[in-house]
Amino acid sequence: MTTNNHQFSRRLILQGAGAVALIGLGNFGLAPALAAANDKYPEEAFKAKNEADAIKALYGKAPEASDKVKLDAPEIAENGAVVPVSVSTSLSDVTSISFLVAENPVALVASYKIPAGTMPAIANRIKMAKTSNVIVVVEAGGKLYSAAKEVKVTVGGCGG
Amino acid sequence: MASTIRVRATSKDDITEVQALIQHPMDSGFVKDSKGEIIPPHFIQKLTFELDGKTVFAADWGGGISKDPYIKFSFKGGKKGDELKVSWSDNKGASDQTTAKIG
Repeated sequence: MTTNNHQFSRRLILQGAGAVALIGLGNFGLAPALAAANDKYPEEAFKAKNEADAIKALYGKAPEASDKVKLDAPEIAENGAVVPVSVSTSLSDVTSISFLVAENPVALVASYKIPAGTMPAIANRIKMAKTSNVIVVVEAGGKLYSAAKEVKVTVGGCGG
Repeated sequence: MASTIRVRATSKDDITEVQALIQHPMDSGFVKDSKGEIIPPHFIQKLTFELDGKTVFAADWGGGISKDPYIKFSFKGGKKGDELKVSWSDNKGASDQTTAKIG
């Protein structure tokens, strides 16, 4: 009896653990998958206050700096409301590119899906609250690469 | 009503370069107006470019994109005369779309 009970409860525990593991996978595995598929707006990533949390929410991992990612941004931005920033990379199999501003109230600015056949080069205009690092993350072949550049802002673009 | 989207797509050597300019306030929700009241967030969240029903470029945007956003990218394929479909939707549920002939 005791043995049976013991086995029974152990099975329950195992089942419970399985369920927890699945929920865990759901939480951590699903978000990056959705971001990569880009069907759903990555709400959580756009709530993150700092760049590391935003990148984690978006991709589920951290990038490594790479000199193959070329970030083009001005040294000094006179108007933080409109800062032209562009990126290009010699990396192959690029699937996504994201722009972040470390000191903005919301670090993530934009995340782009790059389908096969689309060039891994983008130009856009971003807002900067104050002098900050601009970070670009490139997802290529399932790995994350990044480049950063400090842009000095003389007039902030976020009402600061 | 005139479209909020202006697109220029030009094909050269099997590569189509796309530039788009969209009229939108892109209010981040962090800026105060002249009375000191917060201007509520109002910004484009999704922007998609499609050719023949296939997505060639898709953006997820936050309030950190500048007012009247500009975007430039290019993709392989697309011939002169092909129609590129551009659509956006914002956090208030508004949306707009247009088509542009590749030139």
